[in-house]
Amino acid sequence: MIRHWFQSGRPWIWFTASAVSISMILVFGLLLLIASRGLGHFWPSDVVEFQYTEQDGSTPVLIGEIKEGEEVTAARLRDAGVTLASDDVVTRYLVKIGNRDIYGQDFRWVLEPNMRDVRKPEDLVAVERWEWGNFYGYLLAVNEQGAVVAEGEAAWPALQERISRASDIQAEIQKLEKSEIGAINYGMERIRLAKRRLELDNDTDPLKLAQLEEERAELQAEYSVLQKRLAELYQHINRDSMTMRIADGREVEIPLAKVVHAYRPNAMSLSDKIGFYIVKMGDFVSDDPREANTEGGIFPAIFGTVLMVIIMSIMVVPFGVVAAIYLREYAKQGPVTRLIRIAVNNLAGVPSIVYGVFGLGFFVYFLGGNIDQLFFPEAAPAPTFGTPGIMWASLTLALLTVPVVIVATEEGLSRIPKAIREGSLALGATKAETLWRTVLPMASPAIMTGLILAIARAAGEVAPLMLVGVVKLAPSLPLDGNYPFLHLDRKFMHLGFHIYDVGFQSPNVEAARPLVYATALLLVLVIVALNLAAIAIRNRLREKFRALEN
Amino acid sequence: MSSSTTPTHAIDMDNISRGAATSQLEDETPCLEVKNLNLFYGEKQALHGVDMIIPKKRVTAYIGPSGCGKSTLLRCINRMNDLVDSVRIEGEILLDGQDIYHKSVNVADLRRRVGMVFQKPNPFPKTIYENVAYGLRLQGIKDRRRIDEVVEKALKGAALWDEVKDRLHESALGLSGGQQQRVVIARAIAIEPEVLLLDEPASALDPISTLKIEELIYELKDKYTIVIVTHNMQQAARVSDYTAFMYMGNLIEFGDTKTLFTNPREKQTEDYITGRYG
Repeated sequence: MIRHWFQSGRPWIWFTASAVSISMILVFGLLLLIASRGLGHFWPSDVVEFQYTEQDGSTPVLIGEIKEGEEVTAARLRDAGVTLASDDVVTRYLVKIGNRDIYGQDFRWVLEPNMRDVRKPEDLVAVERWEWGNFYGYLLAVNEQGAVVAEGEAAWPALQERISRASDIQAEIQKLEKSEIGAINYGMERIRLAKRRLELDNDTDPLKLAQLEEERAELQAEYSVLQKRLAELYQHINRDSMTMRIADGREVEIPLAKVVHAYRPNAMSLSDKIGFYIVKMGDFVSDDPREANTEGGIFPAIFGTVLMVIIMSIMVVPFGVVAAIYLREYAKQGPVTRLIRIAVNNLAGVPSIVYGVFGLGFFVYFLGGNIDQLFFPEAAPAPTFGTPGIMWASLTLALLTVPVVIVATEEGLSRIPKAIREGSLALGATKAETLWRTVLPMASPAIMTGLILAIARAAGEVAPLMLVGVVKLAPSLPLDGNYPFLHLDRKFMHLGFHIYDVGFQSPNVEAARPLVYATALLLVLVIVALNLAAIAIRNRLREKFRALEN
Repeated sequence: MSSSTTPTHAIDMDNISRGAATSQLEDETPCLEVKNLNLFYGEKQALHGVDMIIPKKRVTAYIGPSGCGKSTLLRCINRMNDLVDSVRIEGEILLDGQDIYHKSVNVADLRRRVGMVFQKPNPFPKTIYENVAYGLRLQGIKDRRRIDEVVEKALKGAALWDEVKDRLHESALGLSGGQQQRVVIARAIAIEPEVLLLDEPASALDPISTLKIEELIYELKDKYTIVIVTHNMQQAARVSDYTAFMYMGNLIEFGDTKTLFTNPREKQTEDYITGRYG
């Protein structure tokens, strides 16, 4: 019976199918895990207040969000020096108590048996701040210039109104500081470099100098106007503050300039919470990071990742395609081409950090250093291209992925029917014309396949980037409104490195952990989006250049 | 003259060679002269000292069993064999008195003068219009009106215009096999070659499409010197003025179609013809 079953070949089907199932389960399990861990972070969970019996017998009141719970045996806790009445398993919770500026830490573990009188008062307020993490407490009053303007029930609507005013001013300040003053600084630097250039060229034409001086004076004038406006805005934004009572009864005053959101999670309905959740998610993908990357958004990292992949694609495709054309169409097939193919395939297997080291040594120091000497002597001793930057990072990744493009393109070229080439040649086309007009367009879906594989590999790569251009926090994006708009020499942020940085280099591990998952999820989504875009293009090309079917 | 003969399409061996030339080979103007052509694929010799004269504005057919070298000989005429790595060619082929294997000859120019249609329809994955305009674009012609005219003329010349005039800008791959083959012919005649080489142009087609292609060949010979390879002897008999029988890389017999089919000089020719029909 069993032997019959074996002979039927069914076990083989089961075996192969189970391999597929396991892969699917792993992939979806991975996505599910990072999605659930990461996305939960933005949910405005309830804030609890309870009386807690500490080890020393004191009974303070604590306020916070319960982040996670786990069961621990009493024996283990006793070993850690905790006195416990019960002998059994004990539940303990990780509570985010916030108020880091006051307590010194914003997470702590509490034991369930020591918690008394747990409640969720509706008027508990959670405040998200620009600095020092979340704040939890009761709102007492809203102040303007130090004088109370609203108290009790009236304080809450007044607070919301004033927070939105403060955020508007905050947005304007940021715009002034980052884009307008940033542009002026950029212009000033250009003028400085232009002057230095004149000096180096021994060009003492007073006209040119005067023109530069004039430009500088113009910028200076613009700057003082902006500076004045900025000072005004700072005055405005510091007008309001609020008085809060924290768990132990102390009263604290918080300037509204420091507040991002204030909300009462226990009073929010489900739809309120969903709305708030969406706002938080939006902030996460569109804001700059704050507080050593543990708070705020990750927009610069998304931007850097996508831009780097695009620049890499622009470099890798022409290079790989041209190499494949020579190898497949022009080179005489023989031991040498075979050797080259083996070398190319092995190149794809070299660990990526090796490419990073090469990129640093060759691109950054050698190429970049020489470019600086030749074209940017005025900036010396500050390097322009002789330092890690987005161009070198993209180039390094292009080098890393070029074998994939070569192999895929060769495959595509070899699949073009001979009849098509002969048809073109018979009409008086040269080989090059045949390649350009007929063969390459028909091979373009294969080239896109190569690009898809290249993107998949490049977007997930972190190790080499750490050497050739990625930083923890980039002051400005590599693409902005200042001429020449695309700044290839700038350093940039990257989602993969961001995960590493937040997860391993962060001073506040508990706060950072959900962000690691959320960022990881976003990295996966960005790669999926890039791939889908490439796949869509490939499918359109396939449809267009459907090869002869008969 | 042959052009005055009325075409009939029935497969009727009594009325062999409807286009049969009344004149003799010696009276024709030569278009191509093959002189002692030897061709080697590596060590293996595929053509043995072929000598023949292909007359202008006539249809010349090559027949013979598979592997006899008829396609190889045809592909020598527009130097398509250059694409094969190990090939070596001796002897000469004169096109209007000039050796096409001479060093000074530009192969692309030669192929512009000697068009070719292959066994399997091989339209490019482009629109019908772009397929026909391909050769013109290669020559750098950009004038839209001129291209329009040539495309229309070529498609009419290939007896396809009425079928495709409303869908010129659709993919040529959507056409039937026979239509595709006529697009390929239109593509070839759009650049007005002097010689048209047809390598078993109907072998991948159904009987009705085959008939249309044959009819077309008959019309095209007014303007072009046509050389056709076929393994279908009836087809050779129907469309050609002159027929060459090849066997094992040798040209066995070459003469006007009617004589070759009805009264072959060589025993081998007779065996082949009768073997096929008998």
